[in-house]
Amino acid sequence: MSILIQQDRCNGCGLCARSCPYQALEMLDKKATWLEDRCTLCGACLESCKVGALSGEIPTREAPDFREYRGVWVFVERQGSGFHRSAFELLGCARGLADFLGEDVSSIMLGADSDDKGFNELISRGADQCIAVNHPALGQYRTCSYTHALTHLVLKHRPSILLIPATTIGRDLAPRLARRLKLGLTADCTRLAIDPQERVLLQTRPAFGGNIMATIVTRYSRPQTATVRPGVMKPLDIDSTRKGVIVFEDVNLPDSVDVTKILECVMNIESATNLSEAGIIVAGGRPICSEQGMSVLKEFAEAIGAEVACTRVVVEEGFMSTDRQVGQTGQTVRPEIYFACGISGAVQHRAGMDGSRYIVAINRDPDAPIFEIADVAVVADIYQILPILTRTIKDYKGLSITC
Amino acid sequence: MKLVVLIKQIPNTSNVRIDPKTGNLVREGVTSIMNPEDRHALEAALSIKDHFNAVVDVISMGPPQAIEVICEGLAMGADKGILLTDRAFAGADTWATSTALGNAIRKNGPFDLILAGRQAIDGDTAQIGPQIAEFLGIPQITCVSALELSDGKVVANRIIENGCERIETPLPALVTCLASLNEPRYPTVGRILDSVLESTPIEIWNAADIGVKAQEVGLAGSLTQVLKTFTPKGGRETQYLEGTPSDIASGIVQFFVDRQVRLGE
Repeated sequence: MSILIQQDRCNGCGLCARSCPYQALEMLDKKATWLEDRCTLCGACLESCKVGALSGEIPTREAPDFREYRGVWVFVERQGSGFHRSAFELLGCARGLADFLGEDVSSIMLGADSDDKGFNELISRGADQCIAVNHPALGQYRTCSYTHALTHLVLKHRPSILLIPATTIGRDLAPRLARRLKLGLTADCTRLAIDPQERVLLQTRPAFGGNIMATIVTRYSRPQTATVRPGVMKPLDIDSTRKGVIVFEDVNLPDSVDVTKILECVMNIESATNLSEAGIIVAGGRPICSEQGMSVLKEFAEAIGAEVACTRVVVEEGFMSTDRQVGQTGQTVRPEIYFACGISGAVQHRAGMDGSRYIVAINRDPDAPIFEIADVAVVADIYQILPILTRTIKDYKGLSITC
Repeated sequence: MKLVVLIKQIPNTSNVRIDPKTGNLVREGVTSIMNPEDRHALEAALSIKDHFNAVVDVISMGPPQAIEVICEGLAMGADKGILLTDRAFAGADTWATSTALGNAIRKNGPFDLILAGRQAIDGDTAQIGPQIAEFLGIPQITCVSALELSDGKVVANRIIENGCERIETPLPALVTCLASLNEPRYPTVGRILDSVLESTPIEIWNAADIGVKAQEVGLAGSLTQVLKTFTPKGGRETQYLEGTPSDIASGIVQFFVDRQVRLGE
């Protein structure tokens, strides 16, 4: 691809040199000269020439034929001997997409010693095929080892869709993989669907702190790859009659692939709260600054499967650690549901949570600014509401209604 | 030692408003700031510079006004700033952005460590750091809450779900930083004044300067396309619940049942 200048036609007017944003055309001896290494092939010069002395082919883009890419893949993340909850959520979502497309769902599991019990669970939750790689180097997640193994699998099997949980691991792995395989990647999707005409994956995600939703498509690469926010998609109920196949793959993984070393891994320490990944957050303000307040808050959080968080004052009073503080000087969170309990809603706090999908605010003060951004507003004392809400949720779950 | 810090200018999302008629962002009166986690990345680089013989370069991509964050970076203590700005870069997804930034870092010369915020609060993708690390073929450590450099290695604490990993990797490498890593310093008055002088070490690069074609970057080079944007349904139409505490409790549960949002595991 180049810009051609017909010297006999060029009248030396210099319009093309002036039109070029990159100084890639120069006038030498009253003729235009093309400087290849400055040219970005933007095409601005072609329209500038009045005497037709310039010609060139500006590359156009066509979506390649992707028909041989088939199947919906879910990268399943392990947690201890089981799975991270996102695994079943993504399988549930993948099942819906695959049924629409008439394709299969495959779960992809990387590890050192995967056993059959796990596979049966994945099949009962929607997988048609379980692809697994067992290799000593895959026992613990490391970016380059996992990227290497997954790259091998994708190139070999060519899926059309690849879903990865938007966990700390998934958000570390997916962009690395996408860059390696030249894949478009949509982060942190909260809704996925297939466009009925074009049959492409519609990937919907929040942007600008949840103020705007964007629907994104990947037209120029396969598999269509997205990370999916945990806690949003609905897992299928366990169906142990489902059948599926298990495939073990070998991957050549020399030590040189990954130069990082995990020196230590400390789990479940209080100081490692990752509020930004929580699906539901129950946050307290000044009124919870007592032993009773903390226990009311924690009981409610436990009943609803939430992480607890707080405002700055609660940290200053010593009732929670800094890593649970939400706001401008603390963490920014975007859960599906944010319960603001006894929080007035100062702008500094709101900056850290106003991107939440739903906000429930409970506060005694009817003029509290938190109500301005709440979906559900309750003007009441948290001590009157929270214990009863805790019980209602327990009863409701006891009825095992799925919603 | 050479450190490169990636910074981004973003609209201050805590006061972003949506025009209810058009559904578009109201940009009027919205202030621009340096992405918060990028500030922590810069602080980490500057505190390395305090202890070692290091040079800190800040790089940003954005419209011409993004020079403001470059100046801010210099005012905090960076030695040189590079702004990538070009119409050809506009509308880039993370693939095209990492292509541009990766080429710029390569052009800027050898480095020991690249530092960036984990994610920018306008897009929240957390993809640029890892994509640049892959582009440059260097190891990455994301979500870093503590960092030490020694003997050509970096040792970092990476925050993961319910835990923390201590990871070691040889340099050159890339890390993405969390707010808990440090407390960023304020720019000094003298440095603020210096940062806007003619002689300030700021370079402005376009697509030709970094040697990329217009089709590789910006919207044309992107692998994903935005089909549509919309305001989330039922966005913050506040519903007040009244009645007895148990009416209210049932009302809250019903709200989420109606919207098919799961409560609990």
